[in-house]
Parts: sequence; structure tokens; C-alpha cells
Amino acid sequence: MKTASFIALALGALLLAGTPRAARADTDCLACHADKSLQDPSGHSVCVDAQKFGASIHGSLKCSDCHATIKDYPHPDKVTPVECKTCHADQAAGLVGSVHASAASHPCTSCHGDAHSIFPKDDPKSAVYPLNIPRTCGACHGSEAMAKKHGLSNVYPLYMDSIHGFALSKEGLLVAANCQSCHGSHHILSHKDPESPTYKTNIPKTCGTCHAGIAADYDHGIHGKAVAAGNMKAPVCTDCHTAHAILQPTEAAFRMQSTPICGSCHKDKLSTYHDTFHSQLSSLGGYVQTARCWDCHGAHEILPASDPLSPINKANLVATCGKCHSGANASFVQYQPHANAHNRKLNPALYYIRLFMNLLLVGTLTFFVIHTILWLIRARYDQIKKRSAEGGKDA
Amino acid sequence: MPDPEQAADGTTQQNPVKGRFFMRFTRGQRYLHAVLFTTFLGLAATGLPMRFSESAWARRFASGVGGFGAIIFFHKLCAVVLTLAFAIHLKDIFTRAFIHREKGIFWGKTSMVANWKDVKDLFGHMRWFLGLGPKPQFDRYAYWEKFDYWAVFWGMIVIGFSGYAMWFAPFFAHFLPGWALNAVLVIHSEEGLLAILFIFSIHFVNTHLRPDSFPMDMVIFTGVESEEEFKHKRPDEYERVAEEGKLESRIGEAPGIWQINFSKVVGFTAILIGLTLLVLTLSAYFI
Repeated sequence: MKTASFIALALGALLLAGTPRAARADTDCLACHADKSLQDPSGHSVCVDAQKFGASIHGSLKCSDCHATIKDYPHPDKVTPVECKTCHADQAAGLVGSVHASAASHPCTSCHGDAHSIFPKDDPKSAVYPLNIPRTCGACHGSEAMAKKHGLSNVYPLYMDSIHGFALSKEGLLVAANCQSCHGSHHILSHKDPESPTYKTNIPKTCGTCHAGIAADYDHGIHGKAVAAGNMKAPVCTDCHTAHAILQPTEAAFRMQSTPICGSCHKDKLSTYHDTFHSQLSSLGGYVQTARCWDCHGAHEILPASDPLSPINKANLVATCGKCHSGANASFVQYQPHANAHNRKLNPALYYIRLFMNLLLVGTLTFFVIHTILWLIRARYDQIKKRSAEGGKDA
Repeated sequence: MPDPEQAADGTTQQNPVKGRFFMRFTRGQRYLHAVLFTTFLGLAATGLPMRFSESAWARRFASGVGGFGAIIFFHKLCAVVLTLAFAIHLKDIFTRAFIHREKGIFWGKTSMVANWKDVKDLFGHMRWFLGLGPKPQFDRYAYWEKFDYWAVFWGMIVIGFSGYAMWFAPFFAHFLPGWALNAVLVIHSEEGLLAILFIFSIHFVNTHLRPDSFPMDMVIFTGVESEEEFKHKRPDEYERVAEEGKLESRIGEAPGIWQINFSKVVGFTAILIGLTLLVLTLSAYFI
């Protein structure tokens, strides 16, 4: 009994709350448009849920406020589309020149949802509420066909598996970067447009909106300075972290894939790194703590070895190597993590040691291979001869 | 159905090899060889994936056994066991030479140390290969056997030292210059590769797969060889021992069937593993 009366009370309260607002919606229009089966000539439902509309941000408006061209009843079959920009002029101005500028292919409702149940962006019911944005954008940008058609990558699944996507979808973290944090909302520009927040040189600033400390480090580092000086080959955040599939950089998955990223530009350094024990460890997996590029060079504030602040400056090497090699001393840090045993000028001792070892290997094997082959032939020959002499029992 | 009693007494009727058997290796030497080849196979199997860490097979092997951590653990374990075996061998030689005052360890016909006859044998042997001269008569250890021994001996010191220098790099850095830490990896990996290629091709063929011993020389497993084999392979030693009248004292027990079968299983397994590793190594270069 108690439960039933509680439900009745709750329903009553809902009705009381809803009714006065719904009543403001034009009852004339609703006489027809409350009918759930009502369709326009092209077969789209033109039913309006007065209850839902009343609760939406536009609930206080009259139908004719938006459907301004409809004056009489009955109105023509074909009505002029609603112009949102009548009120939302700033947003409409933002759309001009953006990748979504075409009102035909990107009406406001494609992002904001059903025109009659639009909520403010801080309302969890809104399609553009931070936690809902990836799903909203993903409706188009999670489609392989659509990505192919426009020459884009299918970013929605990449984002959802990224550290930002996890923070947003698993933790419900409102401050986690969602699509519009980087791309903007109405004035979205192609990353090729120098005005775009995702244009290469603007990326450090865009990421820096949240990652202010790292952006400052990056600006001091050699990559940041190069990008600021107009060197478009120097990496920005996304070149190492990717744009959408951003991983937690301290985790195994990112550590394992990180050296080829640096190596894609620093090819000679990657090649000499491959000659070292550090690389052998990292290639074989299961040993994620072994030194990767940034463990020694730093990640964001990368400085040349000549800079006293650089972790690979001579004065700092004992501390840098000592992070892993406890007991590292001045002699230990003379080890060259990028020594090239094939370069006589840079590493003469190593060059000659390698040469000696190679000659020893090739010389010993060459001599013994010849020795063994001749021996095999001769011994077999003798064996056959002996056996046939013993009575024709050939092997 | 064989009579169970006869089967148990394998040396009488069941033994396929008849005649006298002579001791060549002591039990201790055979165990030493067993420890040596077991740990060597382990070191090779774990060392090669590190040397060729860029190869697909190395990565697949590594992920199969639990990644680099597992590989380096077994590599170090085998290294420690082999180091102990080497230390025991050194102690054994020291005892024989300086405590028991055994003659002929460092010089002479029974010594592992190379002498002028070995040089003559090497050239004589090669002349014989080409049909230009008679087959040399070998004594207790032929020149290629001495080479095998000293190659391992030198390898133990070089690979062992460079390996421990990497393992305990900060400690070794107290008395080694920095560039030596770069050099030890080059030395370790090149010398290791030489050892692997040498053992799995040259030693296997010279000692086990050549027609005189094919498919396997059992003497390192059983410790004894037949009189015929002794005479054929080491005529000088046979004659010398006969002249000294010590042939009788060298006679050993004929190997039991289980001993031969066991040796075959162990030996062929080792050869199979070795040849697999050899193919993988060569594939890293040529494929």
C-alpha cells in the first residue's frame, strides 16, 4: 500500500511540474502534432511530445517563435525550415567557413539532437554535454564508410580506447578532453587550416590549455623551439602521443611502441640504439622498464647535451644513468649508449675490437669448414674402399 | 620374449658390441661434458634471441617463454652453473698437477697442450685429405680435439668475463674504462656467436657425424670405446699403452644397452637443438 501511494504521489508531482509548461505550448498545433502517427509527405514523424518539449530549454517558446512562417491553419504541406540563427547568431557565424558549414548536410540538430528536446550543454540530457559529446560526434566519426568517404581516420574507437576516452567514459571526468576541447564546437576547421587549433603549430597551445606545465616544458625544449621557429619537421604533442589514440605514457603499451616514434626522425640514433643491450631488452618484451629514448633524453623539455640542464649533459650523467643503474660512477657513464662499432673515427677502440672479433669468427669458421668438408670426403672414400675390400658390403 | 634375467644383465648376450672396451674418459670428465653441453645449449638458446632481438623468431620465442626477464634469468643461471663447472675443472687440473704430481698434464703425449707433432699432424692430415700422403697416426688427443678444448677454454674466459662485466657493469666500471663497457657486448656477442657456430657445425661433424663416428661418438657418454675404435682412431696411443704393458689396466666395462640408448637420446636431442639453433642463426643472416 505504501509503495502504491508513493508512486501515485510522485506521478502527481511530475504532472504538476510538467503541466503548466506544456500548457504554454500552443494547444492549436498540438491538436494535430500530438498524434504519434503524424508524418510529413516524406514519411518523417512530425509528432511533438509536449511533455518533453516543455522540459527542454526551448520549452517557454511558442511553436510560431521558431516556425515563424506558419501563420494559418491549415498550413501548407511544405514549410520553410526553422532558422536557428534567428536567435543563435553567434553560433551561426561560427559555423561559417567551418568543416560543418553546410546546413543541408550538417543541420544544427545533427549535433544538438531532436529539435524539440534540446537541453543546455551542462545538462546531462544534452547531446553536447561533455560526457555525451564523443557519442554525438561518433555517430558520424565512428563510421568506417564516412571516414573513407572524406579521407579521415575513423577516430571514435581510437578516442574511446585512449586515456582521454577512458577518463571520460569510465570515470565520467568532465574535465577530460572530449572532441570539442581540441576541435572547438561550431567553428571546426581542418587541421590543414593554420587557424585551426589542431593545425600542427597550434597543437602545443591546444594541448597546453589543460597540460599547461608540460606545454611550458615543451616550449623550452629543442622540439618546441624548432616548431616555434617554423621547423615543420619537429614533432608536436600528437607526433609522439598520436591525436586520438593517446595512451598513458608510463604504461607498457606506450613504452613498447615509443622508440620507433623517435626513430622515425632520428634514424641513425635508432640504429645505434638497436646495437645495444637496452634495445635487445626492449625488443624481446616483458621488460618495460629498460631505457627508452626519453628515459635519458627527457620527454618534453629535450635539451642538447651541451646544455647544463640536459639530463645527458656530462655533469648530469651519473644521476641520469643512476636512475636505473644504482652504483653508476664517472667511469660507468662513459659508456656510449649510441656507440657505432662500424665508425672508425667516432669509436676507434670499438671499431678495431669488432673487426678483430669478426676476423676471428670468419677466419676460424672458414678454415674449419674447408678442413671438415675435405675430411668428410676423404673419410667416406676410405670407408667405402675398406668395406668393399672386406667383401663388397658397401654402406 | 627375452628372459628377464638376461635382459637385466645387458652386457652378456644383448650387447650388440662384442670384444674388449677401453677407458677413455673418467666419470668426472663425462659429467663435466654433460654439464658443459647442457648449459651451453641453454646459453645458446637464450643468447641467440638477444643477439637477434630484431628477428621474428627471437620475439616469438621470447614471448613464448615469458619475455626478456625469463630469458635473462635462464641465461644467467646457465652461466653460473657453467662457471662453477669451469672452476671445478681448473681445481681438478690443479690437484692432478700440483698435489698428485701427475706427469704429462702440461706436456707430452697425453697432454692437452699443443706440441710440434700437432702441427705436423695438421699438415699431414690435410695432405691425406688430398691424397698426397699417409694418414697421420694420432695419440691420445688429436690436434682438432686440442683445438676444441682450447677454444672452449678461451671462450669460457672471454665470454665469461665479458658477460660478468655486463651483469655487474657498475662494479666493473671501477677498474674498466667506459668504452670497455661498450666493447664487452661486442666481444660477448661475437665470441658467443663463434662458439655457437663452431660447436653446432664443426664440432658436431668432426666429433660425431664424420664417417668414423657416425652417427655419434658414444665415448663421451659411456667413457669407453671398443678396441677396434681405439686402434683405428688413436693408433699411437694404443701402441704406446700396449708397449708400456698398461692395456689391461685401461680395460673398462662394456656399456650397457640402457647406457647406449640413454646416451643416444641425450646426444641426439642435443644435436637436434644445436642444429635448430644453427639454422635460426643462419636464417637471421641470410633470410
